[in-house]
Parts: sequence; C-alpha cells; structure tokens
Amino acid sequence: MDTRAFQRIYTKIEQITKATCTLRATGVGYEELAMVAGKEAQVVKIMDDMITLQVFAGTEGIPTNAEVVFMGKAPSLKVGDALAGRFFNAYGQPIDGGPEADGEEREIGGPSVNPVRRKQPSELITTGIAGIDLNNTLVTGQKIPFFADPDQPYNQVMAMVALRAKADKIILGGIGLTNDDYLFFKNVFENAGALHRIISFVNTTEDPPVERLLVPDMALSAAEYFAVDKHEKVLVLLTDMTLYADALSIVSNRMDQIPSKDSMPGSLYSDLAKLYEKAVQFEDGGSVTIIAVTTLSGGDITHAIPDNTGYITEGQLFLRRDTEIGKVIIDPFRSLSRLKQLVIGKKTRADHPQVMNAAVRLYADAANARTKLENGFDLTDYDERTLEFAREYSRQLLAIDVNIDTEKMLEVAWELFARYFSQAEVGMKQELMDKYWVDEKS
Amino acid sequence: MKETAQHTNGIVSGIIANLVIVRVDAPVAQNEICFIQHADTQLMAEVIKILGDKAYVQVFESTRGLQPGMQVTFTGHLLEATLGPGILSKNYDGLMHDLDTMTGIFLKRGEYTLSFDMEQKWNFRPLAAVGDNVTAGSWLGEVTENSIPHKIMAPFKLEGQYTLQFVAEPGAYQATETIAILTDSRGKEIPVSMVQKWPVKKAVKAYQNKPRPFKLLETGVRTIDTLNPIVEGGTGFIPGPFGSGKTVMQQAISKQAEADIVIVAACGERANEVVDLFTEFPELEDPWTGRKLMKRTTIIANTSNMPVAAREASVYTAMTIAEYYRSMGLKVLLLADSTSRWAQALREMSNRMEELPGPDAFPMDLPAIISNFYSRAGIVYLNNGQTGSITFIGTVSPAGGNLKEPVTESTKKVARCFYALSQQRADSKRYPAIDPIDSYSKYLEYPELLKTLNEQIAPDWADQVGELKNILFRGKEAAEQINILGDDGVSIDTHLSFWRSEVVDAIILQQDAFDPVDARCPLNRQKYMVDKVLDVTNTALDFGSYEEVNPYFKRVIAALKQMNYSEFESQKFKQYEEELRQILDERKTG
Repeated sequence: MDTRAFQRIYTKIEQITKATCTLRATGVGYEELAMVAGKEAQVVKIMDDMITLQVFAGTEGIPTNAEVVFMGKAPSLKVGDALAGRFFNAYGQPIDGGPEADGEEREIGGPSVNPVRRKQPSELITTGIAGIDLNNTLVTGQKIPFFADPDQPYNQVMAMVALRAKADKIILGGIGLTNDDYLFFKNVFENAGALHRIISFVNTTEDPPVERLLVPDMALSAAEYFAVDKHEKVLVLLTDMTLYADALSIVSNRMDQIPSKDSMPGSLYSDLAKLYEKAVQFEDGGSVTIIAVTTLSGGDITHAIPDNTGYITEGQLFLRRDTEIGKVIIDPFRSLSRLKQLVIGKKTRADHPQVMNAAVRLYADAANARTKLENGFDLTDYDERTLEFAREYSRQLLAIDVNIDTEKMLEVAWELFARYFSQAEVGMKQELMDKYWVDEKS
Repeated sequence: MKETAQHTNGIVSGIIANLVIVRVDAPVAQNEICFIQHADTQLMAEVIKILGDKAYVQVFESTRGLQPGMQVTFTGHLLEATLGPGILSKNYDGLMHDLDTMTGIFLKRGEYTLSFDMEQKWNFRPLAAVGDNVTAGSWLGEVTENSIPHKIMAPFKLEGQYTLQFVAEPGAYQATETIAILTDSRGKEIPVSMVQKWPVKKAVKAYQNKPRPFKLLETGVRTIDTLNPIVEGGTGFIPGPFGSGKTVMQQAISKQAEADIVIVAACGERANEVVDLFTEFPELEDPWTGRKLMKRTTIIANTSNMPVAAREASVYTAMTIAEYYRSMGLKVLLLADSTSRWAQALREMSNRMEELPGPDAFPMDLPAIISNFYSRAGIVYLNNGQTGSITFIGTVSPAGGNLKEPVTESTKKVARCFYALSQQRADSKRYPAIDPIDSYSKYLEYPELLKTLNEQIAPDWADQVGELKNILFRGKEAAEQINILGDDGVSIDTHLSFWRSEVVDAIILQQDAFDPVDARCPLNRQKYMVDKVLDVTNTALDFGSYEEVNPYFKRVIAALKQMNYSEFESQKFKQYEEELRQILDERKTG
C-alpha cells in the first residue's frame, strides 16, 4: 500500500491488547485506515487524542515503538473491469500472482440505496433445480441463505446454482473458506469456462479471523460497481456467514461490549442487515443478488446467527438427506423464498402457485402417515398413496440433481397428482384442474 | 425546554460507532437535537446523556470520518415532526424527510429534505369564526388533501384559552401563510399557519377523553374479524418466528382495513418489503372508497440498513403523524413492522453507553418504553365532541421464535389483541398462520363491543363465534386422541370432532392472501360463511366406518373452498353451494 507525502509517522503506542492498540494522534477520522508495523488497522474508537486501532491480523509481535501511519481514508477497493477473473484477499490485494487491479478507488461499506430508487424485483432466476425453481423460486435482487449443517454439500449446490443462473458477474466472498473448498470453487469455475465473469475475495482458514470482516464489504462493493455503473446482473456468493458473525463477536468481546444472546454482539442484526440489504434491483436492469451460507450447529435455527439472518433475508433454503431415495433434497417444509410471489404464476405458468402448494400439502400428509407408521398404527389407503407420492415427488422433483425447466416441473407434478390422487384430494381451484388434470386413460 | 435565541455550541471530543461525545460551553437539554459540522454537511444527532460538560449524542448517520474538534451546534428543541397538509402519499425516512425529493441512488449523509412542499397552495375554508374560543387542536379551517378533509388546527403546543381574532377568507393559501391569528388572555397575538411542529416523543393530548373502544375495525381477514376482532382505537400485536407470515399479514391489513388514514412504519425491516408498498399502493384500490390506496397512506421507511439511531425515531414519527390525523376526527390505522428492531436499536445504544443491562442485554426500562408507546393509541372524543381513533398493530420478531423474551413479554402486557403466528401452521402452509387457540382479543370481553357486534352483524353473532371456538378446541383434543390411540382406537365421533374443526380451519381460518377474491372477505360474507360452516358442523351425519370420514370431509371442504374462491353470490358460488348441499344430503341422518 502506498503512502502519501508528508505523512506523519507515530512511534509510540501506549496500550496493546490482543486485537487493538491505542496511541495519541491528532487529525484522525473515525473508521480511518492505518498501518501498524506494516499491518492493516482501522480506527474504532476516538477519545480526544487517544486513538484505538483494531489490527485485523492481530497484534502479535507489535512493539510499543512500532511505526503507525494513518492513511486518511476508510478501507477501499479499486473498482473497474480489471477485477473480472481475479482472486483477491480480504484487503483487495491479488492472490493469484497477477498485477494489482487498476480502477477507481471507492470506500467499502458505503451508503445504502434510497428505498424509493429501488425497483420491485421481478426477474426470475432459473436454476433447473425443482426444489428451488418450483417451490422456492429465486428472483434477481433477492438475498437468501442456505441454512446447512457443516457436513452438507452447500458449496457444491451454491456453485451449481451460480453457474446456471445466467448472471453477468459472479462474485465469491469466501469467509474462512478451507483451502480445499477454495480450490473446489476455483476448479468448478475454471472447468465451466466461466472464470472471466468471476471475481473472488477469499479469506481462508489460514488467515487471521478478524480479516474476515472485510470480505463481504469488498465483495459487495465490487458488486455495486458492476450493478450501478455497468447495469449488470451480479450474483454474490457469501460462504460462510456464520464465520463472519463469529469474527464480529471476537471483536466485540475484545472491545469489552456486553454480549447479548449466544455471546453475539447486540448489534448483530444491524451488522448483518447492512450487508444483506446490498441486494437490490435497479430500474435500469442492474441488480445485486446475494446467495449466502449460514452453517448451523446441529440444525439449530434458534441460535442468534441463523435467527437474525432469517429475519433479514428473503427466505432460506434447507438441504436434507432423504434416506428413502438416498439423495440430498431441498427441504420443502422449511425452505422458503419470500419473493417467489412476485414471479410465480406471473412469469411462470398460471397454475404454478397452486401446484406448488398442493404438492407440499400432500407431502405433509405423507409425513403424517410416516409418523403413524413409525408409531405402529395401520395406514389407510390414502396414507399409502401419499407415501408413494412422496417418494416419487422427492425423486423426480426435490432432489438437487434434477435439471429441468419450470414447465416440465409442473407437468411432472400434474402427472404425479393424477397417478396417486382424486381431484377432491388435490383440492385446487376447479378451473385449473379442468385445464391441467392428466387423464390416466389417455 | 430552554427557549433562547443564543444556541449552545460544542466541539466533538470522542467517537465510538454512532455515539459521539461533545464538549459544550453552555446549557444543553436531554434529548435536544444538535448538528455536527462535517466538511460541508451537517449531521443530525440527539443528546442521550449528559456528564458534566460532556454531552453524549447519538448520530442519525454514519460517523465515518468524524474527527475530534469538529463544530457542533445545538438547536434548542427536541426531535420534532413538521405537520401540515401534504403528508399523505409521502414516503419518509425515520426522521420524516421526504425520500422522493432526495437526489441520487444512494442516501447521502446530511441530506435533509422537507417533509412536504411548503409553497404549495391549498384551498382553505374557515370552520371557526372570529371571537370563538380556541384551545390546542381546535379546528380553525379545512383544506382538502387527497379528497380527505384536512383540518387546520390551533397548534398542539398551545396551553390555555385563546380567542380567534382573525381567520382568513376562503381561498388559496400557501401552507406557511398566516391563516388565523389568536390572542391570549393578555392580548398577545399568535399567528397560525397550516404548518406546526410537535416533539415526537410526547403524546398529543388535545382531546377531551379516551373512552373504552366499542366499534369493530373491519380488516377483511376472517380469522381476525370473526374470531379475534380488533377494534377502532384498539391495540394488537403479531409475534411470530421468521417465515410465519407477519409481513404478509400486516400488508393484508394495511390494504383492506376500514380506515381513513393508514400510516405504515417499516422499522428496521427489509427494503424490498417497503418497495412492495411503493409499487403496489399507488396501483391498488382502497376497497372502501375506490381511490388508490396510496392516497390514504403515508410510509415511514427506516429499513434495516438505514442508520440505527433513526430507527427509534421512526416509530415515534409515525405515531405523531397518526395523532395529528386523529385530531381531525379521522380513523387512523398505524402499523409498525417490527417493534423488536426498535427495541434492538435501544439495546445497541444502551450498550455503547455502558449502562447495566436488563434481561437479554435490553435496557432496564424497555417495558415502560413499550407500554408508554402503546398507550398513545386509542379512540378519543375531541374537544368539539367528534371522535377520532388510532388503531395500532405492531409486529414482534421474537429471537429464536421464543415468546418468552423481553420484547414479546413487555408487549403482551399492554396490547389487547394477541395474534400468535404458529410455526407449525406455517410449515403446513395453513395461512394466515394465526393460532386460533393461543390468540386472543381482550375486546371480546367488552360488553360495549359485543353489543355493537350483535347490532351490526347478527343478534346471535357472539354465540356463533363462541361455537366456532369450541369446535376448534374439541378438534384439537380429538387430534391428540387420534395421535395417541390411532385411527381405529377412537370412536367415529372423535373423527367427526376432528374433521368438523378441519372444516372451520380450512374455510374460516385459512385465507389466500394472494387470491384476488379470497384475499378480502367483507363482514357480510364472513357472516354468510360462518352460517354455512356451522350448518355443516351441526348436521348429524351417518358413517359406517371411520375410513369413510376422511374422504367425505375432503369433499365437503373442497366444495366450501371453491365458494371462498368465487365471487360472492355469483353463479359459480351458488353452484358450489348446491354441490355442498348434495354432499350433505348423502349422509344426513333423520
């Protein structure tokens, strides 16, 4: 990082903790970037001339006479077309061996979009996965996380969704990614020949945890550039946001803040919302869509991280292993896309909403039948049929290896309805049943 | 409050997130508003603590780049709302700045736009005559705002009696022109324009008294109007885990409720939800007047990415606007989504000030703050004998879906209607997911309301509602028995009890908010369907075995559901009604 001329160099640090150091300085702005013994740091507290700096990489080895230089600006990223196809670290420095990417310098974590300048999202994102397209349709400008246990293949599903989503740019924010997963993403994108439209900001598990706090802001600043300046459709992948929240709690703990639920800072909701709300659809076609991952501990969604996330994002996607068909499915009960109402039955066929609901309702009946079976009760004929339906529904539609278009998904559903149920049992609007019911004889 | 021409000044000495410490040279007041000079912009802030010569202020903006030594100017007043004609149809931020007149795609720090156009001319008609006695809130004249009569009132800040010395002739005047002059007992003249200011954290008290609510407020949502009605001037809250349909519920109420004015405070929620309102309200029709919904609506948007300190202000701003319109004798509906975000904003601030925390790190006085806010709602008799009302419904987003957390518990103590959204109902797509047994409306215990309900709907309405609740209750018990003993381990009567409650659930409780017909169910149609459903549940039916019960009732529900989806009393509606009659005849006994 280059320094300005006539910069004042401070060499007397008065206090050092694990993550912060404090010194006397003047003319320093809040949130300003500084270099402490060559390490990036940011102003987090000012009390008269006492300035407290948070050192992202930790304060290990910093002496009290270390050189401190203030940069006169908040953390920033040089944005431009040169970003495309590149891999960067949390500070926006290249990690792919290439030169520094040139462009216009912009502060990260900038202001919010005026809500009246947003457009209602209405453009459907198709993924070919029926568990998403049919039941939990995604829309540009949406923000939605996968709620997944660490052993589930969320990164694979996310990479698949990203490549099929027809986005102009895909921006990967890797937060505490294992090196293996980092290489996985790199390979998948390379093999798909998509590298030219991918930009990655990666902090791996080898890097200091507090640096992670910069990754989502870097990724989203780059996304805003392409969406606002270039009117592009940008898809941002953030994995894993649980590690981001963990980094927040480390910092808040070191700043002596009173923790609230699950040792998380009281501002967790606002901190997460500031990132997720960067998802936006603009009038002129540019958009930022965020697909994130929040790993759960033992499937517990009442923990503060998934709980706050759920209140911020527009739905959530759950993966589940269906033991009966031996495949991973998108769980139709717990998954939800809040924005689907804006496109289903409008951008897709008119029967879409009711087909979706009927299928899920029948699938719920099957779950009840299964409980009965497990408790040793006799099943009625209807119960038996729901179980058979559930198996086929799971195999032909919910499994993540399905790749068909939405029209085909609806046809499969109608075909399953007719095979296992009467019209009264399916219970949809009569006009729709008259139009689409598959006559078994034909 | 000090009223001095000489304002106090100060300089910034410390910054921690959005808490700034200002060293002052003269008196400052708690909650006084000040501006911090940053380059060529001024950032608004509010005093929240004073220690010696240090004022702790919360800044309503990002504090990035602030430095010690920056100049601060104190204004001498509290956070105020500017009130006058032109508020309707506006989209405001939490501090009542017009979002539409701001420039650029991104919100700019320190860009504070006017609440409404001060130069617009309004056609004024006087309502009071020279020599009239005037007190705070007296109607002096009237203009028409979006086809709604907008009263020009004596300022709420007045204390005591005044005499109207001058009132303008009918004609077009700018909002800021003097349209009346009042004199106090000592002959001091007070000019009055169409614009006045009011500190948002104080309740407007310009009315005679606040009776107990006694009139239903129709929402078109069956599970509310029929089972647990909200009333004009009532308070209610909707707690529910995420994904249980809080927002859809609130939007349905805001679109359909029988109100003159609707104020929506989107407090720390998703921006795209506000965009839904921005997009749909100018298009959709108010079912009561046929005018566009936006004509009767004002939206206060402090979305979750907007500054936290303004979040607390946003609910107060919304309440103050509601009180302003209530004082004109109008029926106002105020919706806040979600009050939990407001409580969290208080928690963040309390934490930064290093106060000793209460439960879940919320400030100790949270219950008092919440109850004080809810108490500002209500129906009132104005000084001129007219009524006006604020019905307030807030949503609560309980952490982890656990209703035993401080915000839910504090709200439960003050709100009279409780609409519990159940995760289980939401999971099985039974929307609206309001649990009929856990939820309640305390107003059903008010004899004055029961009297008006029986007069307005039907003489035996209260009994019918009681019967529906009994059916639901018995159904729940039956479901538990069936679960324990198995389908063949219980009597056919138990199956019947279960299925009768399923009929009530599917036809009265469930409602498709996205279906053009079913979304709104007017009161007379609710009454009709309640009769139909009770007809079904009261019909004695004959079954050979329990296995026949399930498929039979599925047909009953299917026919009734088609009725819900059809235009009321249309050909199709009657056809399904006939179909239902035939199904019932198949197994009717006696």
